[in-house]
Amino acid sequence: MRRSLLDILACPTCKGELRLEVHEENEEEVLFGRLICDSCGVDYPIENGIPNLLPVELREKL
Amino acid sequence: MRDRKTFLRRFTRDCQNVYEPAEDSELLLECALKEVRKSDSVLEVGTGSGFVSYFLQERCSFLLATDINPHAARCARSFGIECVITDLARGIKKRFDLILFNPPYLRLEDWERRGDWLEKAIDGGKDGVEVTVRFLEEIADNLSENGRIIIISSSTTFDSLRDYLSRSKYEWEIVGKKKLFFEELYALKLRLKL
Repeated sequence: MRRSLLDILACPTCKGELRLEVHEENEEEVLFGRLICDSCGVDYPIENGIPNLLPVELREKL
Repeated sequence: MRDRKTFLRRFTRDCQNVYEPAEDSELLLECALKEVRKSDSVLEVGTGSGFVSYFLQERCSFLLATDINPHAARCARSFGIECVITDLARGIKKRFDLILFNPPYLRLEDWERRGDWLEKAIDGGKDGVEVTVRFLEEIADNLSENGRIIIISSSTTFDSLRDYLSRSKYEWEIVGKKKLFFEELYALKLRLKL
C-alpha cells in the first residue's frame, strides 16, 4: 500500500485512526508492516503490499 | 491498451479461489464506464478479480478496491489495483464520488452451501439481498456529496431489494439490463435522497 492510503483507511471496528508501522518498503509503497488501532488495541497486518483490515475474529474464521 | 482477452488469460493462469468475471461483471463495467467522470474518486467494493476496476482505473482521478477474500485482493493487486482486504467498506473512512458493487445476490439453499470462497462471492444471504442491504446501510458514510452508487441485482431476488429500497434513504433507477437464460440482470444507480 502507498503511504498516502493511511488517510483513507480506518479501524474496521471503531472507525478510528490507524498508526502505520513499516517493516519493509520500496520506493512506491509499504510491503510489510502493521496498522495499529491504539484505541481498540488491535493490529492489522500489511502483507505483500495488501492491508488486511478484517476484525481479528473474522480473520481467523475465514 | 487494456484488453479483456489478456486479462482473462492472466486471470485463468494466476487467480484461484476468485470469482471469474462474468455477465454481471460486464454489466457493471458497461454502466460504470458510462457513469464515470475523469474527476471522480471511485471505490469498488468486492472487486473479486479486479476486472471492473482494471478497465476503469485510467478513466477516473483515484480508484481503490476492497474484497473480503484475500485471494481476490492478491489477484486484483496483480493487475495493478490498490486493494484492501476488508468486509464491504468497513476499513475505509474516505468519501467517494462513485461507488460500485457487484454483490453476491443469489438465494442459496442449505444443501447448496459448501462454505468456500467462490460461494461467498455469490451467496446473497437471506432472500439473496442481505449483503446488498447491509452494504447500502453502511456505505452512505463513504458517499461524497452528490455521490452515486451502482450495484447489480438479479430478477430472481429483485423483489426483495425493491421492497427494501422503497423504504430506504435512496432514490434509484435502473440504468442497465442484461438477459440471461434463466434470469435478467439489472444495474441500479442510486443516490441519497435530498
